[in-house]
Amino acid sequence: MSRLEGVFARCREESRAALIGYLPAGFPTVEGSKDVLRTMVEAGCDVVEVGLPFSDPVMDGPTIQRAAERALRGGFRVRDLFGVVESVAEAGGKAVVMTYWNPVLRYGVDAFARDLAAAGGLGLITPDLVPDEALEWISASEAHDLDRIFLVAPSSTEERIDLTARSSRGFLYATSVMGVTGARDVVSTAAPALVRRVREHTDMPVGVGLGVRNGAQAAELAAFADGVIVGSAFVSAVDTDSVAALTEELAQGVRAVPTPA
Amino acid sequence: MSRGQLAPTPHDPDDRGHFGPWGGRFMPEALIAAVDELAAFYEKARVDPDFLDEFSRLLRDYAGRPSLLTEAKKFAEHAGGARVFLKREDLNHTGSHKINNVLGQALLTKRMGKKRVIAETGAGQHGVATATACALMGLDCVIYMGEVDTQRQALNVARMRLLGAEVIPVTTGARTLKDAINEALRDWVANVEDTHYLLGTAAGPHPFPVLVRDFHRVIGVEARQQLLEQAGRLPDVVVACVGGGSNAIGIFHGFIDDPSVRLVGIEPGGDGLDSGRHGATLTAGTPGSLHGAMSYLLQDEDGQVTEAHSISAGLDYPGVGPEHSHLKDTGRAEYWPATDAEAMEAFALLSRTEGIIPAIESSHALAGALKIGRELGPEGLIVVNLSGRGDKDMDTAINWFGLGVREDRA
Repeated sequence: MSRLEGVFARCREESRAALIGYLPAGFPTVEGSKDVLRTMVEAGCDVVEVGLPFSDPVMDGPTIQRAAERALRGGFRVRDLFGVVESVAEAGGKAVVMTYWNPVLRYGVDAFARDLAAAGGLGLITPDLVPDEALEWISASEAHDLDRIFLVAPSSTEERIDLTARSSRGFLYATSVMGVTGARDVVSTAAPALVRRVREHTDMPVGVGLGVRNGAQAAELAAFADGVIVGSAFVSAVDTDSVAALTEELAQGVRAVPTPA
Repeated sequence: MSRGQLAPTPHDPDDRGHFGPWGGRFMPEALIAAVDELAAFYEKARVDPDFLDEFSRLLRDYAGRPSLLTEAKKFAEHAGGARVFLKREDLNHTGSHKINNVLGQALLTKRMGKKRVIAETGAGQHGVATATACALMGLDCVIYMGEVDTQRQALNVARMRLLGAEVIPVTTGARTLKDAINEALRDWVANVEDTHYLLGTAAGPHPFPVLVRDFHRVIGVEARQQLLEQAGRLPDVVVACVGGGSNAIGIFHGFIDDPSVRLVGIEPGGDGLDSGRHGATLTAGTPGSLHGAMSYLLQDEDGQVTEAHSISAGLDYPGVGPEHSHLKDTGRAEYWPATDAEAMEAFALLSRTEGIIPAIESSHALAGALKIGRELGPEGLIVVNLSGRGDKDMDTAINWFGLGVREDRA
C-alpha cells in the first residue's frame, strides 16, 4: 500500500487536487529550508518535495539550478537532507524527496532508503532514473516501505507509460511540457492529453508539474490532475519572503474546481 | 573503409546499452523516446549498404581518409629505440578524429528527418567539426560552450560562427565542458522533436557509446592494415589519450580481437594525482552516473561531480565512456595518467623531432608512448593515435614554454 494513499484519498473526498510544493534542502540554508518547508506545510501544502541539491541538475531551469548551487556553496551535505525531512514530519507534513540518482548511488541505495524511511520520509521522486534501470531501487523501496515516483512525459509511448505506471507506487509524476523546471506564463496544452493517456493504464493518482506559478494555473491543472506540483515559484518566493502567501493562493487554486470523479 | 566497419561485434553492449555493469540509460523519461528512435535508426543504418556507401564516400572525399600512418624514427630514439608509428588523425579535415563521428551522426540526423543539431564543445574541436558537418549538410547548428572555454578558445568560436553555427556561452556551474553538456541536454529535452543532440564522445546514454565508437572504428581498421603493410606485424601496444574516450575506443577496436596487442589509454594527470587537480577518471574515479550512463566518475563522497583539471581543454571532463570502464574492469585495456608537464614535454619533442605539432590531447598519448617504449626496448612496436593537430594549442604553448612572444610584444 502506498504511503501517500491517505493524502490523495482525503483530497478526493474534498473533491480537489493535492498541492505538492518543492524546495531544495539547504536553500537558503539548512535551517532556513526547515523553516520554509514548515511554512509550506502550515499554509496548505498537502505534500512537500524536499530536493537534494546536485552539481549537475540537467532537468532544472535557472531558478532551481541557482538554488542548488547556493545550497552547495553553503556547505550542504547529503546527510543534512535527513534532518530536513525529519523536521517536515515533525511539523505534521508529508515529505518525499526529489533527487538525481548519482547521490543516492554514492550513498548506497539501500542505506539511503533506510535513512530516508527512518527520518519519516514517504518516498522518492527520481527525475533521471527510469524503471528500466531501477531494480535495486525497487527492491530497496519495498524493503523500507517507501513510495516510488517515476516520471512520464508527453513523449512517452503507451508501452513506456504502462511500464512506468506498473513500476510506480504513490503517484505518477506527469511533466506537463517537454522542458526543464521553471515558472511559465502558460502551463501546458500537452498536460490534459498526457493525463488522459496515463489514466488508460492506471488508477494511480497523477501529479502534474513544470511551469505552475499561480493560483489560476493551479486551478487549471486541478481540473484534471490529482496533484498540482509547484517548484520554481516556491524557490522564487523565498527570496521575496512570500512563501505563505503563495502557498495560500495555490491551496485556493487546487480547491477552485472539483476534480473529475 | 571496409564495409563491416559499423557491423555488430561481439563487444556490443546488451540491447539496453550495458557493457557489464556500465552504460545503460540514466536520464529523464522525456528523452527516452528520442534515444529509442536514434537506436532504431542506427541499427538499420549500420547494416544498410546505402548508408555505408554514403558514409564511406564522405570519409574519403570530404574528410580525407584514409589518414596516413607515419613512422616517427627520430621521436622513437627518445622512446627506448622502440619503433613508433603515428596514426595521423591530425591530417583529417578540421584537424582531428572528431570529423568521423560528426559525419556519421549528421547523416543519421538527415535520415531521422530532423533539421536542427545541437552539440557541446570543450576546446572547440567537436564544435568546429559539428558546425562543419552542418554547413555541408544544410542543418541548423547550435553549439553550447562553457563561457570560460569561449574565452580560452576564441579562435574556435570565430570558426564555428563563420561556419554558420550559433555559439551559446554557458554561464552555469564551472562554465566548462560538463556544464555545456548539461545545457545541451536541457535544450534537447525542450526541442527533441526536431533536434538531434550530436554528442561528441563515446559516452552518454545508449546508443551514443556504441554509435560514436563505430563511427571511429575506421581509425583502428585502417591502422591495423597499414601497420601490417609497413611493419609486417601487429604492434605490441596501441596507445591513445582518453578524455571521454572516443579516439581511443575507435583505434582500440581495430585490435581488440588481437590478444597479443596491449591497449593503453592515457588520462590527463593534470598537476599529478596527489594534487587532486587532474582528470584521471579511470585511474582515480569511482562508479557513478553522469550525463546518461553509469561509468567511472570524479566525484566527492556525497556524489557531487567534481571539476576535472587538465592543460588540455579536450580532456577536461570528469566522466568517461562506459566501454572504457568495462575494458578497465575486464583488464583488456589499461589506463595510466600523464601529467601536464609530461604531455607538454612530448608536445615539444614531437614538434622538434618530426616536424609535427600535435594537439595537447594527443601529446598525452605520446607521453605514454615514451614510457612504454623505454619498457619495451628496441624490439618494441607501438602505434600512437595522433588524434589531432596542435594549431589550436599555440596560446597554451606560448604560455608554457615562454616562446619569446611576450618579450616581442613588450
